[in-house]
Amino acid sequence: MSNLLEVYKLSKYFPVRSGLFNRKKKYVYAVDEISFSVGNHETLGLVGESGCGKSTASRTILNLLTPTSGEVWFQGKNMFEIHPRERRKLRQGIQIIFQDPFGSLNPRLTVERIVAEPLLTHGIGDRISRKQEVEKTISEVGLLPEHMKRFPHEFSGGQRQRIMLARALILKPRLIIADEPVSALDVSVQAKMLNLMLRLQKQFELSYIFVSHDLGVIRHVSYKVAVMYLGEIVELAPVKSLYATPLHPYTRSLLSSVPIPDPHKKNRKKVILQGDVPSPRNPPPGCRFHTRCPECMDICTQKKPPARQIEDGHIVSCHLHSAGEIWSPPAPDR
Amino acid sequence: MNTRATESPGFRQAVESLAPRIRLMLQTAREVVKRPSALAGGILLLLILMASVSFPFLYHTDPLAQDLMARFTPPVWQSGGTWRHLLGTDNLGRDVLSRLLYGSRVSLLVGFTAVFVAELVGIVLGLISGYYGGKIDSFIMRIADIFMAYPFMLLTISVIAVLGPSILNLILVLGISDWVTYARTIRGSVLSLKRKEFVEASRAIGTHNIIIIMRHILPNVISPLLVLGTLRVANIIIWESGLSYLGMGAPPPMPTWGRMLAEGRVYIADAWWLVTLPGLAIMFTILSINLLGDGLRDALDPRLINL
Repeated sequence: MSNLLEVYKLSKYFPVRSGLFNRKKKYVYAVDEISFSVGNHETLGLVGESGCGKSTASRTILNLLTPTSGEVWFQGKNMFEIHPRERRKLRQGIQIIFQDPFGSLNPRLTVERIVAEPLLTHGIGDRISRKQEVEKTISEVGLLPEHMKRFPHEFSGGQRQRIMLARALILKPRLIIADEPVSALDVSVQAKMLNLMLRLQKQFELSYIFVSHDLGVIRHVSYKVAVMYLGEIVELAPVKSLYATPLHPYTRSLLSSVPIPDPHKKNRKKVILQGDVPSPRNPPPGCRFHTRCPECMDICTQKKPPARQIEDGHIVSCHLHSAGEIWSPPAPDR
Repeated sequence: MNTRATESPGFRQAVESLAPRIRLMLQTAREVVKRPSALAGGILLLLILMASVSFPFLYHTDPLAQDLMARFTPPVWQSGGTWRHLLGTDNLGRDVLSRLLYGSRVSLLVGFTAVFVAELVGIVLGLISGYYGGKIDSFIMRIADIFMAYPFMLLTISVIAVLGPSILNLILVLGISDWVTYARTIRGSVLSLKRKEFVEASRAIGTHNIIIIMRHILPNVISPLLVLGTLRVANIIIWESGLSYLGMGAPPPMPTWGRMLAEGRVYIADAWWLVTLPGLAIMFTILSINLLGDGLRDALDPRLINL
């Protein structure tokens, strides 16, 4: 059985024109040939620094941004090739939650209308059945029926994210792309929101693509984790394997930056990266990470490391690990 | 009454879904009333509106009736004034108060409808321009530039000269030449609004662009435009007066404030009331509209009411 979602060599370049009369055309390589898959009832964590292309990737999967190249297969169908009418139908199965709980709700609509909008757009039900559906869904996310008549500014950040979640759930999707859903919230509210999302995952058999820069959060919710750097996936592994034996120097430095709430462990070795992320407009040759890599070798500046499978399902692109077999993403079934 | 309609669940649903909206409107009204200057402007404008609507029933003097024996009668409080003509008469013996009241109809009608026309054109073009962007945007904005570059008075005068002076032509010309302000304002707001996540969220679920514009964009950009509109009404009234003064306004002998100014100008040394009174009428009308518009702007400012 094929996976719920297969992303195959997906790229998104943004053209940047420069020079006299806009003749020189350059590109920002926001997302460069990323491939991964999400199975039923699974959570894929997508992690990386800000600006590495996490959000662009999630928007491109949804076709909110037109991809430069690559394929996205959802429930065995190529999302970019099927008839727009069929795609519209299929897209009901993928929903998105955004980061900013203040910008993602229209301030002039009541909660009822915000949550009912997907039903309205897809022409499901009549006024009364839609209202019942909204009532049911917002109680699933822990809101009360009387909240339906209120406007977004009457809610806290956590409640707003619950409203977004209700809106995403109302079409009974299979996959929810959560683009930093908790990073704007307080830590205590984050935990509640995460547990709610995990409970809903069990209840509705959802899959998530969970985008975050917070490794602790990713570890808590994910089944598999993809680490992105400058538009590329540098390491893709099951969550246990990644946190136990991180292979890529970038992943190691990310993990060592996570604070450990235990004063006796404060002497652990930290990998602190020097410098800033290079511009994706002009990515460094060879391995994109070599400018900041603590273990940079000569080959890294010249040759791009291929993806290699080290253990079962643990894939890394790094010249340090030349032992594993070269891995290329399985082409989706046609 | 039709009791069946009020009992049907659909009707109740409609009423219930309206309730939050009414609450919001009341909130805005309260904010306006809280501001003394806005309240004063609102009351003054209301008085002017009531006077211009109700004068034929209260003040039975024909604004066109000439009485050559009673030329240049001064207002009632000056020596020589009579109660027959409260604010005196002009060079043809026509009653100034009656002409002022009648003129207010022309000014207010032209002012409000011209702004309505301008808003309609400006909002539609501004929404299209801002939301779709690209070539359509460039096209609409270049047309706007042409309108901006063309001297406004020259445009209106030449159009009126060709079409002939009439109230309808006046409204159309003033309205159509004023759309640029609205289109530009709304385009700017749309540009920032369409990047908001709730717009993207609506696109993500596959909502049609036109519905996104009507449901998510328009309600969020309309309030500054309403304020701008009230302020522009004042401008249009001044322009209408100016055009009437030049003889390009409403066709004679219809009394308008601008024409009263133009005709009274000749007699300014002998009959001060002929120019001063229409001037004051214009001033107070514009003052009241501006005060109300300012108050409305403050009341609708989201930073002030935490919307």
